[in-house]
Amino acid sequence: MNASDSGAEVLYQARIPIYPRSVKGRFRALKWGILTLAYGVYFLLPWLRWERGVGPDQAILFDLPGRRFYLFDLVVHAQDLFWLAGLLMVGALLLFFVTTIAGRVFCGYFCFQTLWTDVYLLIERLVQGDRVARMRLDRAPWSAGKILRKTATHLLWLLVAFWTGLTFVLYWGNAPDLVAAFFTGKAPFPAYATALFLTATTYVMAGLAREQVCTYMCPYARFQSVMFDADTRIVAYDEKRGEGGRGRHKITRELKTREQRRAAGVGDCIDCGYCVQVCPTGIDIRNGLQVQCITCALCIDACDTIMDSLGWERGLIRYTSQNELAGKKSRVFKPRTLGYGLVLLAAIAALAWSVGHQAPLELAVIQVRQPLFVRLSDGRIQNSYELHLANKTNEPLQVAIMMHGLAGGELDLGKFDSVRLPPQRSLKVLARVRVKPHHRHKGSRAFLFDAIPQEKPEIGMVSAPATFYLPGAEH
Amino acid sequence: MSEEKAKTQGAVQTTGHAWDGDLQEFNNPLPAWWLWAFYGTVLFAVVYWIFYPAWPVGTGYTTGVMNDVTFVDSDGKKMTTHWNTRALLLKEMQEGEEAQLTRKYLDRIDKAGFAEILGDAELMAFTRSYAKGVFGDNCAPCHGAGGTGVIGLFPNLADDDWLWGGTPQDIHQTITHGRYGFMPAFGEALSDQQIDDVADYVLSLSGHDVDGAAAARGQQVFQTEVGGCYYCHTHAATGLKSQGSANLTDRIWTIADVPGARTAEARHAAVRRVIEKGVQRRMPAWSDRLDPAQIKLLTVYVHELGGGQ
Repeated sequence: MNASDSGAEVLYQARIPIYPRSVKGRFRALKWGILTLAYGVYFLLPWLRWERGVGPDQAILFDLPGRRFYLFDLVVHAQDLFWLAGLLMVGALLLFFVTTIAGRVFCGYFCFQTLWTDVYLLIERLVQGDRVARMRLDRAPWSAGKILRKTATHLLWLLVAFWTGLTFVLYWGNAPDLVAAFFTGKAPFPAYATALFLTATTYVMAGLAREQVCTYMCPYARFQSVMFDADTRIVAYDEKRGEGGRGRHKITRELKTREQRRAAGVGDCIDCGYCVQVCPTGIDIRNGLQVQCITCALCIDACDTIMDSLGWERGLIRYTSQNELAGKKSRVFKPRTLGYGLVLLAAIAALAWSVGHQAPLELAVIQVRQPLFVRLSDGRIQNSYELHLANKTNEPLQVAIMMHGLAGGELDLGKFDSVRLPPQRSLKVLARVRVKPHHRHKGSRAFLFDAIPQEKPEIGMVSAPATFYLPGAEH
Repeated sequence: MSEEKAKTQGAVQTTGHAWDGDLQEFNNPLPAWWLWAFYGTVLFAVVYWIFYPAWPVGTGYTTGVMNDVTFVDSDGKKMTTHWNTRALLLKEMQEGEEAQLTRKYLDRIDKAGFAEILGDAELMAFTRSYAKGVFGDNCAPCHGAGGTGVIGLFPNLADDDWLWGGTPQDIHQTITHGRYGFMPAFGEALSDQQIDDVADYVLSLSGHDVDGAAAARGQQVFQTEVGGCYYCHTHAATGLKSQGSANLTDRIWTIADVPGARTAEARHAAVRRVIEKGVQRRMPAWSDRLDPAQIKLLTVYVHELGGGQ
């Protein structure tokens, strides 16, 4: 807007600083609540201890070297990692579903950019004061007081950023040990690199870049507009009520009561500018729906405060939809919403089912392909297989290995016919299978390997398909 | 702010030159973030010079300060050197998490007897993953990555036929001290007719269709002083593991390519060639090149390849 207004072509424009003013209200309270909850979970979760039969006593631990993710009582093995894809899908679909109904709820209330920016603004306000004080401080010449306040702000920001980065690292190792190692210089290099990187990104994104992340960098902010329609809930200014016939007007002696204003054709908006001052992205919501708006709803709180003090009804700025503003009916459930909802439910159900039915014992078969077969001294053909057995229970498991479905086949595991799997561990076993060749049975024959737990009958037999290659009899 | 605006809106400086009358070059300032990032890299480089090897000086180079790496070299000597990735790799290979785990397994392998290793699925899994590399580096050039060998040259280790014995002790002996496989050439000692007859007899031992009369004549040569084949191959023709002589009654051929021959004549010719020319092949001793742990693991690995005795 500014660029085209000025008439000259501007390729680079310096950021115009935004000094959001503080506000109190129901949405602000809700946002503080969500922030407290999110911070509580994020910062405290690595410290939560958890009793489990085998493995670390940390409730949430992503053990990369051990190839195990511990989530309370759930142990995710490397081969279960497709759950992560499921989780991301559920997350994406949830975003789509909520956005079609209620717009950018994620951006306004849950996004970490919003949460951390809120905390940084809080620090800024506590150290430097509210909007006007901060603007004055920025304009003032450098003095000891200004240096002190600015330094304190940035140091506190860095402290929050560092604690954020360090906390992230704690999810990947035993938190108490890792913190001790971290501050004595004994932690692994990736721990320092990750903590430092996240400190830097947090400081830059939440402290310096702020709304530019949402406006210029964030892909979600852009593609959420695809899910918008005229029924989507948005934070909007009721132009009809606010502008009246002749536009908004400040309160003057002649335009004090609503009756006076109605008579003069002036709307309810007193043009106090509070809604603009509180906006963290620096827009004027009265200009209509804008790409920068993250629907944080602080302008609603601001306007409600003013309307309350005037004794007029709230809702000059409110959650509404474009259809409602135009006086039409707004539908919540449209085919698209239902479609997203159904797919979302299906994805959640599939993920829940998959997690709930994690196999306690797994068997996978990889055929040895070099050589594919060996001819033995008695003329029989031998194929070899590597069997991958995984025990996902918290107790050791004695497992017998057998095969079925291959006529005349003989199984040879070497000097044992059952193996003992330690809890939450896997083991590879080489199996050789021998079959007498026959001219009529050339080529591949399917059969099954069976892993049969010797204790815990409720686990049951686990079978895995394999193929026997028969080259046919000699010439 | 006003200065910034001037820079971006119209009043851009030029480099001061004009070509062809009016062709000028703008002198746009670099973006501040870019410039600062550039200064940052310069600063990084200076810090790097101090702490890491950087500058060539004469025939040497600056080694940097406060960056000692201590590791144990291949002779077991403790070495301290300036920072370099080779030393870091050696250190990692000795002290890293994987290296410690490997050492734990190697200790267990060292203490265990063959029977114990073969009966322990976990040790067998370790053996397979560890010895596969040793086999690939040392044995695969002749015996092939899968141990199938080359017929006529290198024995197949993946089948169940063992020239020198298939017990772990036999295999250990073979790898440690090597083997010299020898069969004399009978081209001079026997007549063409006799060699043909013996070839027929040998083929008949493993159930091939041959001329019965010729095989009977061959048997005479084989089982008596005329040919003396039974010295090594025994009267039953099942071979002697002390001599590395082949079992002629089974379906495995290590020298004569009988399985690859498509006609009876080709099979006959393949066996005949071996009797006529004899066999000389040698497997080197590995005790000088591999350490005892590697030989022990290779023994178990080879034993498991074909299902040993």
